[in-house]
Amino acid sequence: MYWEPDKERLDREELSQLQLERLQATLNRVYAHVPFYRKKFDALGISPEDVGSLSDLSLLPFTAKADLRENYPYGLFAVPMREVVRIHASSGTTGAATVVGYTRNDIRTWSNLVARILTAGGVTKDDVVQIAFGYGLFTGAFGLHYGAERIGASVIPASSGNTARQIQIMRDFKTTALVSTPSYALLVGETLREMGIPTSALSLRYGLFGAEPWSDAMRQEIEGKLGIVATDNYGLSEVIGPGVSGECLERRGLHVNEDHFLIEVIDPERLRPVAPGEVGELVITTLTKEAFPMIRYRTRDLTRLLPGECPCGRTGQRMGRVTGRTDDMLIIKGTNVFPSQIEHVLFEIEGTEPHYQIVIDRKGAMDEVTVLVEAAESIFFDQMRRQKEMVEKIQKRLAQELGISVDVKLVERKTLARSEGKAKRVVDNRKL
Amino acid sequence: MLKVRNLQVHYGMIHALRAASLHVKAKEIVALIGANGAGKTTLLSAISGVVRATSGEVSLDGNAITRERPDRIVREGIAHVPEGRHVFKPLPVEDNLLLGAYHRYSLRKSAAIREEVEQVFSLFPALADRRKQRAGTLSGGEQQMLAIGRALMSRPKVLLLDEPSMGLAPRLVREIFVHISRLREERGMTILLVEQNARGALGIADRGYVLETGRVVLQGTSEELLANRDVQRAYLGRERET
Repeated sequence: MYWEPDKERLDREELSQLQLERLQATLNRVYAHVPFYRKKFDALGISPEDVGSLSDLSLLPFTAKADLRENYPYGLFAVPMREVVRIHASSGTTGAATVVGYTRNDIRTWSNLVARILTAGGVTKDDVVQIAFGYGLFTGAFGLHYGAERIGASVIPASSGNTARQIQIMRDFKTTALVSTPSYALLVGETLREMGIPTSALSLRYGLFGAEPWSDAMRQEIEGKLGIVATDNYGLSEVIGPGVSGECLERRGLHVNEDHFLIEVIDPERLRPVAPGEVGELVITTLTKEAFPMIRYRTRDLTRLLPGECPCGRTGQRMGRVTGRTDDMLIIKGTNVFPSQIEHVLFEIEGTEPHYQIVIDRKGAMDEVTVLVEAAESIFFDQMRRQKEMVEKIQKRLAQELGISVDVKLVERKTLARSEGKAKRVVDNRKL
Repeated sequence: MLKVRNLQVHYGMIHALRAASLHVKAKEIVALIGANGAGKTTLLSAISGVVRATSGEVSLDGNAITRERPDRIVREGIAHVPEGRHVFKPLPVEDNLLLGAYHRYSLRKSAAIREEVEQVFSLFPALADRRKQRAGTLSGGEQQMLAIGRALMSRPKVLLLDEPSMGLAPRLVREIFVHISRLREERGMTILLVEQNARGALGIADRGYVLETGRVVLQGTSEELLANRDVQRAYLGRERET
C-alpha cells in the first residue's frame, strides 16, 4: 500500500532532477531570508548558484544543534511570523530546547509525509489509531496525529502516561494501531500481563514506534507481548518531526522520503562521507520546508544507508535503524561504547528482561561501569549459583562486544524506573 | 521530457538568469511566474535558443539541445510563442500558419501541411472565418490564437508560451486560458507557460516555478504555490488574500 504511489516510486533520474530543483530553490530562499545562512555562505565564498548538482551539497556548511540554540528562538526562520501557523520545540532529551516553525504548506507537507509512513506501516482509513506520545511542544504526537487524520483513520489522542487507562482505552475503543516509543510499548505489554489481559481481548494489529533507538530483538519482544506487527519510523523536530523515514511491512530498513529530504552519512570526527553502507552520523537537508529550512543538519543520530531495492517497490533510499546518537556515545576507559551495543547483548541472553541501566562512576582515574539488568521471573533470587552463572555469561559477552570489562548486577523485576516517554538508559556519575 | 539544469544567461554585465533548473513532463502544463525582469522571458528564450545561454544544460527527451541554433531546436520539437504575438500583419491568416511549417515544407508534404492548417482552424474556429483576412486586422485575442496556431504548425513536442494573456480584455484572457488547457486535453501538448497573470496560469497549470531576480525561489504544485503566502502577496494581489 502506498499513500502517494507516484512520488514514493519515483524513477531515480526524475527524483534527482526534482531534488536538485528543490535544493536550489531552498538555497536561494535561505540565502535571501536567513542572515545566519547568508553569513555562513559568504564566509566560505559560496553563492547558491555554485550548487549545480547534488554532489555540490558537500560545498555547503553544516548546521549544528548549537546553531539553533544561538539563534533561539526565531533566528533561523525563513518567513515572517505572520506566515507561521505552528510552533514546536525539540523535546530536549539532551540539552536546552530549540524552536521550529511551520507554515500552512509545511503542515500539509508534514501530514502527507506521515501519512506515507503510516500507510507503509499498515495503517488505513479503517484503523483506530491510539497516539500515546505526549501532546505538547514535542513534534511526535501532533505529527502522527495529523498524518493519521489525513489518511482518514480514527485518531485517539490518548497522549502519554497512565498506562492502565491507555489499556482500558485500547480495549474499549478497539484500538487497532498503537503509536508510541518502543520502550513505552514494552511497558504496555508488561502492564497487560500484570492486569491479566490477554492480547486476544484487544483489537491491536499494528504498532508504529519511534523517537528513540531500539533493536530487532526489542521488536520481537514487543510484537510477542502485544500481538502486533511493529514498524520503526524516524524523524526529528529540527528537520520536520516524524515523517523523515519509516519502515514498510517488509521491514528491511526505513524508506527515506527523499523527494523532501536529502540525506548524507558522515564520519562525525572527520566530517567526510563514510564508505557506502558504513555507520555514521546522519545529515539532513530539507528540500521543501518553507518556515524552517535546514541545510546539512547534523542529527547526531547514527545509522547507515542500506544497499539494494526493497520488494515493496518504493524507490527511496533506505536507512538502517538508528543505533544510537553521537552524543550518547560513551567514552569509557578510552573506548567508544554505545548503549545499543549493550542492549543487543542483553537481548541475546535468555533469562533477562529488556530493561537495563548503565551506571558509570569514576574511582580515582578509572572509569567503572555497572550494567544493571532485570532478571526474568524464572531466575529465582535464592538460586545463587544460577545467578552467578548468568552474571558471568553477560560479563563475558559484553567484554567480547565492547572490548572492555564491565560489572553486571542482576536486579529484581520492576526495580528499574519505567519510562513513559524516552527511556533513560545511562547514568553517568563522572565529574569530567 | 524537457529538462533544464543550471541555465545561466548574461546580458553584458547583467546576470539575468542564475543557475535555473526546471523540468516539464509529457502532457504537463507548467507555469513560470515572477515579477517584471525576474528572468521569465530570458529563461524561455534560452530554451528556444533565441538567447544564448552562458552555461547550463537543456535536454529534450534525453537529447542535449543546449546552444543549438533556434531552427534546429524547432526541428527537435520546441516551439516558442513570443510575448507580443509577432504575427506577420500584412499576410493573410492562412499564410501565417503556413509559415509556421516552412522548415519542413516540400511538395510531397504540402497536402499533409494543408491538413494541419485545417486542424488548427478546427481548434480555433474564429481563425477559420478569417482565413483570407490579413493578420493585422485581427483582434488581440485572435492574433494570440494565430500565434499559437502558427507554433503548432511546426508539430512541436513542447510549446513555450510567453505572456499569452498580455493586453487582452478579461473575457479574452479567460478564453485564451481555456484554449491552452484544451491544447493539453485534446492534443496531448506539453506546455511551459510564462505569465504575469499568476492566478490564471496556476489555475490551468499542474505545477509552477517562481522566479525572483533570475533565481528559482519556489517550486511546487499549483495548489501549493497558490497556498504560499509569498506568492499570494507578491503575485496574486493582496486584496484577494484569504
